[in-house]
Amino acid sequence: MSGPRLATLRNGSALPLAAVPDLPFEDLRDAVVRETAEGNRLVSFFASVPEPASPASSRAGGEVELLAVVADDEEGTLGVGRARLEGERFPSLTPACPQAHWFEREIAEQAGVVPAGHPWLKPIRFHSSWREGHDAWGRPALAHPVPGVTDFYRVEGEEVHEVAVGPVHAGVIEPGHFRFQCHGEEVFHLEISLGYQHRDVERALAGGPHKGTVPIVETIAGDTTVAHAWAYAEVVEALAGVAVPARAGAVRGVALELERLANHVGDLGALANDVGFLPTASFCGRIRGDFLNMTALLCGSRFGRGLIRPGGVGFALEPERAGRLAERLVAGRRDALEAIGLLWETASVTARFEGTGVVSPKDAEEIGLVGPAARACGIGRDVRHDHPHGIYRYVHLPVVTASTGDVAARAAVRAAEVERSADFVAEQLAALPETPARVPVGPLAADSLAVALVEGWRGEVCHVALTDGDGRFRRYKVTDPSFHNWFGLALALRGEEISNFPLCNKSFNLSYCGHDL
Amino acid sequence: MIKTLLARAHQGHRTLAWPDGPPPELPDRFRGLPAIDAARCPDGCRACADACPTEAVSLSPAGPRVDLGRCLFCPECAEACPEGAISFTRDYRLSVRRREELVFSGEPLPLATSLETELRRLFGRSLRLRQVSAGGCNACEADVNVLSTLVWDVGRFGIQMVASPRHADGLLITGPVTRNMELALRKTWDAVPEPKIVIAVGACAIAGGPFWQSPEQLGGAAAVVPVDLFVPGCPPHPATILDGLLRLLGRLEKDGRVAAR
Ligand code: SF4
Repeated sequence: MSGPRLATLRNGSALPLAAVPDLPFEDLRDAVVRETAEGNRLVSFFASVPEPASPASSRAGGEVELLAVVADDEEGTLGVGRARLEGERFPSLTPACPQAHWFEREIAEQAGVVPAGHPWLKPIRFHSSWREGHDAWGRPALAHPVPGVTDFYRVEGEEVHEVAVGPVHAGVIEPGHFRFQCHGEEVFHLEISLGYQHRDVERALAGGPHKGTVPIVETIAGDTTVAHAWAYAEVVEALAGVAVPARAGAVRGVALELERLANHVGDLGALANDVGFLPTASFCGRIRGDFLNMTALLCGSRFGRGLIRPGGVGFALEPERAGRLAERLVAGRRDALEAIGLLWETASVTARFEGTGVVSPKDAEEIGLVGPAARACGIGRDVRHDHPHGIYRYVHLPVVTASTGDVAARAAVRAAEVERSADFVAEQLAALPETPARVPVGPLAADSLAVALVEGWRGEVCHVALTDGDGRFRRYKVTDPSFHNWFGLALALRGEEISNFPLCNKSFNLSYCGHDL
Repeated sequence: MIKTLLARAHQGHRTLAWPDGPPPELPDRFRGLPAIDAARCPDGCRACADACPTEAVSLSPAGPRVDLGRCLFCPECAEACPEGAISFTRDYRLSVRRREELVFSGEPLPLATSLETELRRLFGRSLRLRQVSAGGCNACEADVNVLSTLVWDVGRFGIQMVASPRHADGLLITGPVTRNMELALRKTWDAVPEPKIVIAVGACAIAGGPFWQSPEQLGGAAAVVPVDLFVPGCPPHPATILDGLLRLLGRLEKDGRVAAR
């Protein structure tokens, strides 16, 4: 293929920044558009802006740098390129590359630059620009933006009405605002407006690693602690040139699959609850807790806090403990499969699941869906398989797909993954390598870039770090799978009855805090 | 149908006997109330305070003190201590009524007392709570949700999470209160009829948690509403949350586990 080239690296590795081509913006744009048109995916696309006092802010060629990471899932490689913007505008990639749409809204909001020609350029989190005096919407610098106060897409017509829900929802759920354009019961369009959980995670991580870094990473999305902490650890290990001991690698795999088990089982129970099938709902509510308690057996925390640490794991997994865990796993697996199996036996459940909340494979590809939501559309996309790292280089998990793209397909993928993950964990526990739990980690390489992808239970977690001359993070970019998938939920609702929203929503169960950062 | 009944028989009765029976078994690595042995502290050592990500550890002449409101139970301080002067016990009872009571130096924690007579008469046997998530990571929310599963079954104590603030007797707040949730939290609070109470669950809702230095958050629920019960943890174990709720309702006093004040 001709045209500008991106630098190539593998998942969980680092490159000196000097090896990342510094392209004219048009070349970066062409490379991303060409690669995504060929079937590769945009896994990260972000702006880096200098600290106000930094000398870089006065360097030639403008102060905002854009960096893109594109994944070739077939080759298992990642392409990176960057460009420095001239001025405050750049031609939007979104019309030619729809996957870029949310990333460009994020870039506009954070860096105060305008992706000109973006079809729906609105804030995604409602915070002030990171560059004082530069705002993509020309908002006043001193006032904090008010979340949800923006223009919404409206369908006009005599019998069209609008339903607005949130930020505070009915239930113990995170906050978000949803606008439905309805014709009777039918949803023409759903617009999702988030940002209520925004805690400024990325700027808190810049300047690190510092002692607050790990707790912040562990709480990017508290139900995905292991996946995010693993991605962070891998970024640090790549920059420090550290190899993780084999036993720690296995324990990480066990923890990540336990996280998947707990969440899949819990959500399948919640789906049962949403269609009024209480046996599975009740059983799964309990069994989810059993899996969380298995994680607590590893590290004392049901959510895996304190477990993943750069250089390995924070807690040893002794043979006796591994034995106890294996016993509990057998019971958890059996109970879970029995409870989930009831779903497919029950006509009142399948009738509600099938054909509800369909996302087409074409839409899924275009917007870059990840995780079980993508696999439910027949797209065999899974970091553990496509970009294997850690334990997944040695132990291969079969990728589970379904074809119908509806609630039933998302449930079926997750149900099958419960079985696969439980088998994987059992296999690891039976043959833990005898190496230390953790090795020391030295200073990080200066002026470098590292990328780590981890397949969390919702899909791809992506962390990208850029270091400065002292080996500190000058930019730390986090992409939670929810960032890609929220728009998929909106598409799933098109033409759907509004009363099916809870069911569709639960079948994705996306993270607000992971999106809002 | 037969399969469902068979599954029901196999899955069995799973509701905890606690608080009438024994408390739930906690894993050996569970980190509850710290144990501080100041006699072991070497002169001039600051290892614990220096290691803490949230400045929860302060050093006094009498030894280290841990602010359980800030503590993430992470446990960097225990790992940093050369002498084992700070460790974590499996005591999950951590809830108190006043913020300052969370500064722990090894003396027995003044566990939460029950609501005042009139409120206790109103809420003691029926407490409806509206949960507001205000910038947390969804782990506190998850372990609050767990209380409604059949394992914990808070319904048996008359406690219920309700959809509308207008049906609620109070708020259960998680998260540090982001600037973007401040208004929604205030409006939800205003919609709860008087008299009403507030329960702050988790390190974020008490003191900002891991995000305590972020300018996009307010450092906890008390910045916006008056708080009646503080439940520490990151996130608190369901047992910690339920213990706090039951103490607040005066439902645990008879078993003698309430510390004397
Ligand atoms: S366990 Fe608590 S006091 Fe100790 S270092 Fe962690 S946050 Fe600080």
